[in-house]
Amino acid sequence: MPHSVRAASVYVTLGGGLLAASLSLAARAAGPSFDRDVRPILAEHCFACHGPDPAAREAGLRLDVREGATADRGGTRAVAPGNVGASELATRIRSTDPDVIMPPPDTNKRLTDAQRMTLERWIAAGAEYEGHWAYRPLRRPELPATAGQANPVDVFVDALLAERGIAPAPEADRATLIRRLSFDLTGLPPEPAEVDAFVRETAPDAYDRLLDRLLAGPHHAERLAAWWLDLVRYADSVGYHGDQEITMWPYRDWVIEAFASNMPFDRFTREQLAGDILPDATGDQRVAAAYNRLNMMSAEGGGQDKEYHAKYAADRVRATAGAWLGSTLGCAECHDHKYDPFTTRDFYAFAAFFADVAERGIYHGANSNGIWGEMMRVPTPAQFLRLRELEERLAAVAAPADAGPEAQEAAAQARAAVQAEIDAVDRSLAAMPATVSRPPRTVRVLPRGNWMDESGEVVSPAPPGFLPGIGGGQSRSSRLDLASWMTSAENPLVPRVLANRLWALAFGQGLSRRLDDHGSQGEPPSHPELLDWLACDLRDGGWDVRRVLRTVVSSRAYRRSSVPTPARREADPDNRLLARQDRHRLEAEYVRDVALAASGLLVRAVGGPSVKPFQPQGYWDYLNFPQRTYQADTGPAAYRRGLYVHWQRQYLHPAMLVFDAPSREECTARRPRSNTPLQALVLLNDPQFVEAARALAAMTIAEAGHDPLDRARFMLQRGIGRVPLAAEAAVIADLATRQRESFAGDPAAAGALVAVGASPPPPGADVVELAAWTAAARAVFNLGEAYTRN
Amino acid sequence: MTPLPRSVTEQLARRAFLSRAAGGLGGLAAGSLLASPGAHAAETARWQGVVRPWHVPPRARRVIWLYMAGGMTHLDTFDHKPRLVSMDGQPMPESFTNGQQIAQLQGQQLRCLAPQHPFARAGQSGQEISTIFPEISARIADRIAIVRSLHTAAINHDPAHTFMNTGSMISGRPAAGSWLWYGLGNDAEDLPGFVVMVSTGKFGQSQPIASRQWHSGFLPSRFQGVEFRSKGDPVLYVNNPPGVSGVGQRQVVDAVSKLDSQRGELVDDPEVAARLAQYELAFRMQASVPGLVDLSDEPESTFSLYGTRGGDGSFAANCLLARRLAERGVRFIQLYHRDWDHHGSVKDHVRGTAAEVDRGAAALVEDLARRGMLDDTLVVFGTEFGRTPMAQGNGRDHHMKAFSIWLAGGGIRPGITYGVTDELGYDVAENPVTVHDLHATLLHLLGIDHTRLTIRAQGRDFRLTDVHGHVVKGLIT
Repeated sequence: MPHSVRAASVYVTLGGGLLAASLSLAARAAGPSFDRDVRPILAEHCFACHGPDPAAREAGLRLDVREGATADRGGTRAVAPGNVGASELATRIRSTDPDVIMPPPDTNKRLTDAQRMTLERWIAAGAEYEGHWAYRPLRRPELPATAGQANPVDVFVDALLAERGIAPAPEADRATLIRRLSFDLTGLPPEPAEVDAFVRETAPDAYDRLLDRLLAGPHHAERLAAWWLDLVRYADSVGYHGDQEITMWPYRDWVIEAFASNMPFDRFTREQLAGDILPDATGDQRVAAAYNRLNMMSAEGGGQDKEYHAKYAADRVRATAGAWLGSTLGCAECHDHKYDPFTTRDFYAFAAFFADVAERGIYHGANSNGIWGEMMRVPTPAQFLRLRELEERLAAVAAPADAGPEAQEAAAQARAAVQAEIDAVDRSLAAMPATVSRPPRTVRVLPRGNWMDESGEVVSPAPPGFLPGIGGGQSRSSRLDLASWMTSAENPLVPRVLANRLWALAFGQGLSRRLDDHGSQGEPPSHPELLDWLACDLRDGGWDVRRVLRTVVSSRAYRRSSVPTPARREADPDNRLLARQDRHRLEAEYVRDVALAASGLLVRAVGGPSVKPFQPQGYWDYLNFPQRTYQADTGPAAYRRGLYVHWQRQYLHPAMLVFDAPSREECTARRPRSNTPLQALVLLNDPQFVEAARALAAMTIAEAGHDPLDRARFMLQRGIGRVPLAAEAAVIADLATRQRESFAGDPAAAGALVAVGASPPPPGADVVELAAWTAAARAVFNLGEAYTRN
Repeated sequence: MTPLPRSVTEQLARRAFLSRAAGGLGGLAAGSLLASPGAHAAETARWQGVVRPWHVPPRARRVIWLYMAGGMTHLDTFDHKPRLVSMDGQPMPESFTNGQQIAQLQGQQLRCLAPQHPFARAGQSGQEISTIFPEISARIADRIAIVRSLHTAAINHDPAHTFMNTGSMISGRPAAGSWLWYGLGNDAEDLPGFVVMVSTGKFGQSQPIASRQWHSGFLPSRFQGVEFRSKGDPVLYVNNPPGVSGVGQRQVVDAVSKLDSQRGELVDDPEVAARLAQYELAFRMQASVPGLVDLSDEPESTFSLYGTRGGDGSFAANCLLARRLAERGVRFIQLYHRDWDHHGSVKDHVRGTAAEVDRGAAALVEDLARRGMLDDTLVVFGTEFGRTPMAQGNGRDHHMKAFSIWLAGGGIRPGITYGVTDELGYDVAENPVTVHDLHATLLHLLGIDHTRLTIRAQGRDFRLTDVHGHVVKGLIT
């Protein structure tokens, strides 16, 4: 069976990988490293035709494994280790003959001279292959004996900086640090009073205590949840065709709760993939298992069940492989993967894990009755409390056993009344899609992904063949087996992917920057030993996500200033060596949160049904089946965090969409950070931001005295989290003065401006004054710095 | 054929913009990098495109895509099948349908349905067009190339739209308009490079249109299509808040510019300059969009040509706006008319829907021709799939094996019919054209080799045409 042969060959090469992984930094710098220098060149230019996919393989040559590259081909070898002159590859890449040169001209791929030299040097040095960095067995790298009590992050980062002779940036100032830490860990800006206190703190453990406080609070869990929800493509609508709304928020709340209690990641994995089939599954575990129902669904008339079963199956493979394996297994739906050792069979065998999830292809009628297959009723937090209260009352009204018949009768009546109330609440509970296990559907390899072709081999659930197997006996593997495999001690990929992504939460980019692809087309990590150390700490330390994050943000590397100097920028333009911190715009949810928090409008409630803040009229006009009108929430629901904004896959709230929030139709491991005029229009003109500006203005007038400069300072400090320079305050004060002059001449305009939003302006306010400072606050809420994490 | 030169006025306008921006904003650094995969070009306010110079000599500079959403029946519009008349009510021969994918007619007895309206020869070219398109027939038959041999891979609206717009049924890929904006940049100084408008008719099921149809996918979101709306703000949030004058808004933007650029210098942040450029563009969009939709500068003859005075949300009004957008240099303009899903009453409904688009489409092509703009504007009149030769009651079901579109303008051979379907209009018989071929041809006409416009995402280079597509030479002059 070719499958196992290939798997064996990969294992052979893994031996070399182990050796390479233990090489010291200095040794690694000596010659071209296969992983860092050579594989990316081969992957980019050669693997599409000379890689893992046998169907696309040209001339029977594969260059992704050493056996293939060095095989005798009737007297010639593509790669003759140690002998560049005898290597056909070296000849071909230097050829000028269009029939000979590699890559062929029609591929539009060209090697640079530097790349050719790298390949030649690699051949000359013996053409050693290493197992791919993300796939090779995970072993904890040794820390040098001199490391002592130092944070391992700094040991690895500083070693590389020293080797390259780059002096790291100094520690960031206190105001920047607390703002950075608050954004990274909670997605919210610190209150000015908190900044002041931290700036004045002199105790040596001030930073640690700040960390403890931030990590323990519910907002940290919300921040991690927002990250996870992108990966698992959580949304409040089904995505296809009519994009009907569904109740999915209990799953989102479960994720928040899991992070709040620092649930170990192995359990976190198990409950999502297989919570429903755990012995004596609890309600929470069943909610967690709704992970398996986060795929897009369709109620489109005329859809064929079989086609959509195939779509949903593929959707799950892409999402699960993306979220846990950081891999593009989805590419193997129609052909073997071109760059990574995933076969088409791997794709369908992975899909087969989920073949027991009860579902329909087309959910006929769901557009009107809201029944998306198997459903379960779940209470809101308020309903939950109400039910608990009723159940307590129910227990309390039991009459003593020796009571008389009248008392017994009265008690029974009272109980019946309470029970009726319980039933009424039960009936009012929202129903969410549930994961229910049924005898599994037959899963076949679909030739070229064609769902109408039933000629393919029937497959059983199995993880990708080149990774460690699942073990066990003869019985069919389940989702629970998949979950255990994900976080088993032998799985090298899951902990690396997780560690890399946690790192990105704290540094803005991963140690390997390709957060969505840890395969051969991804990027080798800048600090492989550090990544492995963190991954081992996860795997061997009880999958303690919080501990790893804490280690990372405690480091000196994390605390460095993000201000580049020309020298540092020149030495390392992309900051791969981490001589400084990263600087980036906040994600969409936190753009909203900053304005709400700074203006005092933010409602910090946790969990519950998603909310619908104001959005422009008619934005949902092109949705149908059914036609619907967006009913904006009023009251507290209008001021909830971005995390809770209703996620309509086809028409995500426009203020979220322009700041690069994804539609969540697919797993998103990495959001782009774009910069567009539409973002400016949102910050300038969206009524929610205007309302936030008015609220900030009202707070300023009430709390900051009468001096325009004092007011400007107050307002800026709330918006950008630091004490502004005098010149900066003067710009804002001057703006307010000029706006006051205009509004004094047009009080109606002032009245119109301060009336914007879902809440009224404070009663008795001087409308002209309020409008002038609203304008000033609008400027504050349009500053780049307000939404920049430094 | 030499490439179209960038016009002198355009170059001057650009220089003026840069110097103005530089003066007003304290220096515009162009060196900021997008933090997105693949996009390494400098980010300035107006994107210049990555295809420089053109891969092939361009024949068109912009695209106006009239999108008949819902699945326009080819058998009652542009693909004349007299044989269906004699077969009307007869069982559909099984040789056609055995083993084929069928949408709502699954498991039902399949009977032929005749064309519901007569066809007539039109123009010097004698193109066969249904009489439900009198304006297209009379005015522009000799200007268009009818393609009768399109086929697609998706039989339901949502995936079929996604395939037609992005080249893949899996969501997350960039739409064609985003690709073109990314590839060629935008000629408009203060409008987005990809504009979408939607109109809704009265005669069919108004199938949903997802905003993913104009999403930039894994391209940076600045290349997302921007919807121009007929209700409320023409562009979301383009109007100042209530009570805020143009001067007041300018003061706010100036204060932002001042503070941001001071800070940017202090902390050495090149991103600040890029951001300020976007603010400047946003501010100018606020001024230019109202001018765009204000039709008071149009002569009366325009209104009589299009049959609308604008502002009514009709397809014709959108066609007029499309011409105005094209004049301003917008790269890709897409107009959806979402009323073509005729599962029932196809006779009345297709006539009604055709009447909703006929005049606007004909007027647009004629108007562009009069202004000399048709030479470098590619007009596409398309749909996501066709409809069955078999009856569904008195309507027709979805059909992906064959359907018709027409093209006109820049580089398109006028007055021809390309491709042939079988005698019942079920399958393509000659010169099949895939959706990828259509995309390849479109890019080719715009000066792009479809195999060379790529972006790296998820570990590989992606193209609009995926790994497929051939330029349809027979359509090109």
